[in-house]
Amino acid sequence: MTKIVVVTSGKGGVGKTTTSAAIATGLAMRGYKTTVIDFDVGLRNLDLIMGCERRVVYDLVNVINGDSNLKQALIKDKRVDDLFILPASQTRDKDALTLEGVEKVLQGLIELGMDYVICDSPAGIEKGALTAAYFADEAIVVTNPEVSSVRDSDRILGILSSKTRKAERGEGDIPARLLLTRYSPQRVERGEMLSVEDVQDILAIELLGVIPESQAVLNASNSGAPVILEGESDAGQAYEDAVGRFLGEDRAHRFLTANKKSLFGRLFGGQ
Amino acid sequence: MGIFSYLLPKKNSSASVAKERLQIIVARERSTRGGPDYLPQLQEELLAVVRKYVPVDQDAVMVQVDRESGCEILELNITLPEHEEQGRQA
Ligand SMILES: Nc1ncnc2c1ncn2[C@@H]1O[C@H](COP(=O)(O)OP(=O)(O)OP(=O)(O)O)[C@@H](O)[C@H]1O
Ligand SMILES: [Mg+2]
Repeated sequence: MTKIVVVTSGKGGVGKTTTSAAIATGLAMRGYKTTVIDFDVGLRNLDLIMGCERRVVYDLVNVINGDSNLKQALIKDKRVDDLFILPASQTRDKDALTLEGVEKVLQGLIELGMDYVICDSPAGIEKGALTAAYFADEAIVVTNPEVSSVRDSDRILGILSSKTRKAERGEGDIPARLLLTRYSPQRVERGEMLSVEDVQDILAIELLGVIPESQAVLNASNSGAPVILEGESDAGQAYEDAVGRFLGEDRAHRFLTANKKSLFGRLFGGQ
Repeated sequence: MGIFSYLLPKKNSSASVAKERLQIIVARERSTRGGPDYLPQLQEELLAVVRKYVPVDQDAVMVQVDRESGCEILELNITLPEHEEQGRQA
């Protein structure tokens, strides 16, 4: 059975693409046949984060329009077996992304025997985000510990509980889990940033993971390798933990506390 | 201030302000969710009417539609400020 997972947030720039790339790569590394789809029509970025931008020939809209078949458009990852990327279209108008078209593509991926399809949603709560979420069996809500991101995540949760195909068919809410990213324990301890508990109190959904604010993410995007491949890095490990939890493993949350400075350091060393 | 404020956890930190504000706005937005599309607009207009007579907060008016054994109930909740005599002076 193919599981379709939407990575969504409402607010832009919170880490959806970073997360989609990391989670898809993590699943494939464990042997699950996985495709990650970029739904951000007009603002293709997943290809860069996955490091396959020079291999893009056809895109999602080409497949929908029948300019190419699905197999031609899928880019097979060079580092990890069982990992495929379906890029977004760069130029065409957003109306090209019809629900019927997307359904056809997803059906094709099911027939290709995918275990997981990860849908990297565009920002916003408009058509693009709705289309990315519509067929999902499960959602990962990416949130930054910051007021506008948390509020938008709550709105997205409202949309997920009413506007997906499952909801429309009366099959109930799809499971949605929280991935809190760009988390800075130092700032939380100083009272400058919402803590993971604060965000959980407000959104009241299960916590999939906490990804620390990390230089490794920028390094990874610079080199075009999903950060989860940086197994030594904090963010890489945090994503690896999240993949484990996603698959039902019981993993303690890490990277939630700052490296404690000595009292002396705190008094005199400044922040 | 100084050392002690630095050692003790901060009650009035910006994060706790953020949390409080979020709890209020999220509760407000959830209250009209899933109901008819006109609810947010209705809420706005009711708020405007109430404010003609009493100065109330943005979140003083809550509207909600409940379904109970086949009929729909529009639930309207208006919280007045504590000192009502302060309303509509001048
Ligand atoms: N854990 C992190 N630490 C540091 N930087 C991060 C982290 N996660 C994401 N970023 C940075 O935040 C920026 C936005 O990330 P990303 O493109 O994944 O967000 P997005 O939600 O997909 O954005 P959009 O809404 O535009 O599609 C990027 O520059 C990325 O490098
Ligand atoms: Mg993105």
